[in-house]
Amino acid sequence: MVNQALSNLSDMAFATSVVVYIFAMLLYFAEFASGKATETAERGAAEPARATVGVGGVATQEPPARPTVGRLEPEPRKPWSERFGGMAVAVTVLGVLVHAFSLVTRGMAVGRVPWGNMYEFGSAICLVAVIAWLVVLYRQSRSIRKPTTAPKLRGLGGFVLLPATLLLFLSGTALYATASQLQPALRSYWIWIHVSAAIVSTGVLMFAGVASVLFLVRLRSENDPARPGGIGSRLPSSQVLDRFAYRATVLIMPVWTFAIIAGAMWAEAAWGRFWGWDPKETCSLIAWIVYAAYLHARATSGWRGTRAAWINILGLAVMIFNLFFINIVISGLHSYAGL
Amino acid sequence: MNTSVFRRALAFLRNTWRGLTSMRTALVLLFLLALAALPGALLPQWSLNRRNVETFYDNHPTWAKVLDSIGAFNVFSSVWFAAIYVLLFVSLIGCLVPRSAEYLRQLRARPVRTPRNLARMPHHAEGTVPLPADEMAAVARRRLRRWRVSENTEEDGTRTLSAERGYLREAGNLVFHFALVGLLITVGGDQLMRYEGQKIVKVGDEGFCNSGTFNYDSFDAGLTVDGTNLSPFCLRLNDFDVRYLHTGQPERFHADIEYQAGESLENDNWKSHDLRVNNPLRVAGDRVYLTGNGYTPVFTVTFPDGTQRTKRTQWQPVDTTTMLSQGATKFDRPGMSNEQRRHDNQLAITGLFAPTASLDGKVLSSRFPALNDPMVAVDVLKGKLGLAGGRGQSIFSVDQSLIDSGELNRVARENLAVGETIRLDDGTTVRFDGVERWANLQVSHNPFQRYVLVFAVAVVIGLGASLSIKRRRIWLRIRPSPEGPGDDAAETTSRDEGTAGASVEIGGLARTDQAGYGEEFTRLADELLASGAESSARGSSETNSLGRSS
Ligand code: HEM
Repeated sequence: MVNQALSNLSDMAFATSVVVYIFAMLLYFAEFASGKATETAERGAAEPARATVGVGGVATQEPPARPTVGRLEPEPRKPWSERFGGMAVAVTVLGVLVHAFSLVTRGMAVGRVPWGNMYEFGSAICLVAVIAWLVVLYRQSRSIRKPTTAPKLRGLGGFVLLPATLLLFLSGTALYATASQLQPALRSYWIWIHVSAAIVSTGVLMFAGVASVLFLVRLRSENDPARPGGIGSRLPSSQVLDRFAYRATVLIMPVWTFAIIAGAMWAEAAWGRFWGWDPKETCSLIAWIVYAAYLHARATSGWRGTRAAWINILGLAVMIFNLFFINIVISGLHSYAGL
Repeated sequence: MNTSVFRRALAFLRNTWRGLTSMRTALVLLFLLALAALPGALLPQWSLNRRNVETFYDNHPTWAKVLDSIGAFNVFSSVWFAAIYVLLFVSLIGCLVPRSAEYLRQLRARPVRTPRNLARMPHHAEGTVPLPADEMAAVARRRLRRWRVSENTEEDGTRTLSAERGYLREAGNLVFHFALVGLLITVGGDQLMRYEGQKIVKVGDEGFCNSGTFNYDSFDAGLTVDGTNLSPFCLRLNDFDVRYLHTGQPERFHADIEYQAGESLENDNWKSHDLRVNNPLRVAGDRVYLTGNGYTPVFTVTFPDGTQRTKRTQWQPVDTTTMLSQGATKFDRPGMSNEQRRHDNQLAITGLFAPTASLDGKVLSSRFPALNDPMVAVDVLKGKLGLAGGRGQSIFSVDQSLIDSGELNRVARENLAVGETIRLDDGTTVRFDGVERWANLQVSHNPFQRYVLVFAVAVVIGLGASLSIKRRRIWLRIRPSPEGPGDDAAETTSRDEGTAGASVEIGGLARTDQAGYGEEFTRLADELLASGAESSARGSSETNSLGRSS
């Protein structure tokens, strides 16, 4: 039943993708570390934001380039940091391809969706998080096309890859499960709908959580200009980071809501009730409520900014807690549980 | 004096109400709700898993008592949990009613007038067009077809347009919040009218009917259900089949059932259904689920006088991976007229059953969940089972206190394969005949669940609209410029006839969290300026055909 050769291939691809990601992460960090500190106020609040485009673009306004006449200077070589950054993106893309290959072969090896246990689930979440990162990077570069901002953002890749690689590593070691058939309880078309929605939401929310953490780091350095240097000073402005977190959360909140509702519909078919306060259900609801609180905080004076960011991080913490602790320690009805 | 007390009371009430319906309170209540649900996820709950709560009691007796007394093992029906969500929903409704009224008012209102200083707006653009102000206003109005627009002419001939869009955002938000209220109400209604029964059925049994609660092994229902009005249907189990992978992981459970409902109840037709996990039977407004399975060892006891009794009592799996099971098959001694003596001469066969036996010395365990090599390890007990004592006892075990008090004694201990027999000292024989299967069926009735689904869908749609639609405004101020078109437009337009041009100033503001309006605004502003220039290039007679430019 299980195609062992394919399954081995998948395992190899998985291990390779982890290594590739680590390499990409180091490159990102190299670019980030050699980057220059940004000015505290990239754009004063009063200044019209007419160049603000894209996913929270930080557009610096440059005079329109006029073609030079006369002897053309050879273009200066790109500085090392930028070359690291370019390489990092290429390596990330490679990592994504290998990673996706690992999931696909896993699915083929067992003839089912490649998210039937914790290992596969964790792996898929990381894939989504990394792809979310690439999408943001792509949209950014497309809509601005200004070399001054893209590398700035690009240097943040390491902060996305760090948690993703950690989670991948955990999935591949502690949570690893050999390829096998699904439990009867998981054999339902709902696994396509409910679980994929949960995977996409978790991956994107992970991205949003990272943005909120960076926002707090950046804010600290903005509020304390006396202390130059440090990580905070090299990050994009707090406004930009905050907007990243917000837009990612807003984008995915309906999907996460849908994931929970689809879960309830599956539970109605599999367990005999649409809601039964199973620990996993409860914890998902808690995470949902925390994210609802985040959205409310954004609309409440005195709660925007720092407090909202903390709520977003709390939301991510609940999601991760739900993924690991609830599945492993408190296993309820979910057949993912059990390793 | 009196009125002032009254007023103060009123003011107090009003302030309390305002406080309760404020965003900040909603936020705090949301946090409280999340916090209050947490023990429900972390601690075992009576309603979900009695056994785990009992284990908790054994391990931490004092803690358990404290936790239990504050309802921590019953979070979702506790008073404090209810208090939080009731407050939250009161706050929600108090917040929704005025917001809905405000929304209706806004729907009829015209977009706000163009502010004096558009350069102050978060989004801003300006340019000149080679069109007279009036024509430019017409071009802009066509481009803003999907916006709600209001136009004004100021004294000096300056035209202003204010346009607003994205009213559906607020509608979506209201739908979302109202749907939450609907969700709460329908779930509450469902709690009152639901019921759920558990029934073990054995293959080949005559089956059972959903005609009364007494037919069930256990029955749990909402407050308004008294068990007299259950949906009428009957079912029986023809065959039950479990397949396992070689690892022992179940591959599929498959119960071949037959049922009667409605008409077929009268004409005694049976319809069949392939009952599987994830494929419940939906019949007569109820659902039937396959929720468990196990084995029934069959024993025949031959008493010294030659009478025989065969019993099939289901045993309970103690380990679901190997299906090692445990149970007690109980016999009354037939042919004893004396009630007292009959009750003192009862027989019970208790112990373990293994579908695929594995013996370590005499100790039986199971290697595999399927029926490959069945064997039982039994104690035969004789004496008083206490069945008539009025005390309900588990069908899976005997009353330990009767053993302790010596009223029930072990008379044999043996391992039996299928077909093997034990002879007791009084001449009674006990034979292990074979094994049958049972399945646990759950009958569920949730009359409100379809309405719950409707509101859940409304929640998703409302949330999607509310989060993806931006409420945004754009303003144009078009000033006729006496000296003709400006430099910018000169490159693209002919300046024949010396048409008076106009300078256009555009401002934009997103009313809600403004993330993401910039892109649209820039595009729109560019288009407005460009279509002004273009329509002039085509000549004023053609302006009509021009709504939008790429
Ligand atoms: C049952 C509890 C509640 C839940 C789960 C909930 C959930 C949500 C969610 C997910 C949003 C995001 C939609 C958006 O940002 O447009 C939202 C927005 C909003 N909620 Fe609630 N809500 C609840 C109670 C309340 C209450 C009690 C109030 C009033 C005090 C309220 C007022 C609002 C307002 C004004 C918005 C719009 C915020 C904005 O414009 O961004 N909500 N709510």
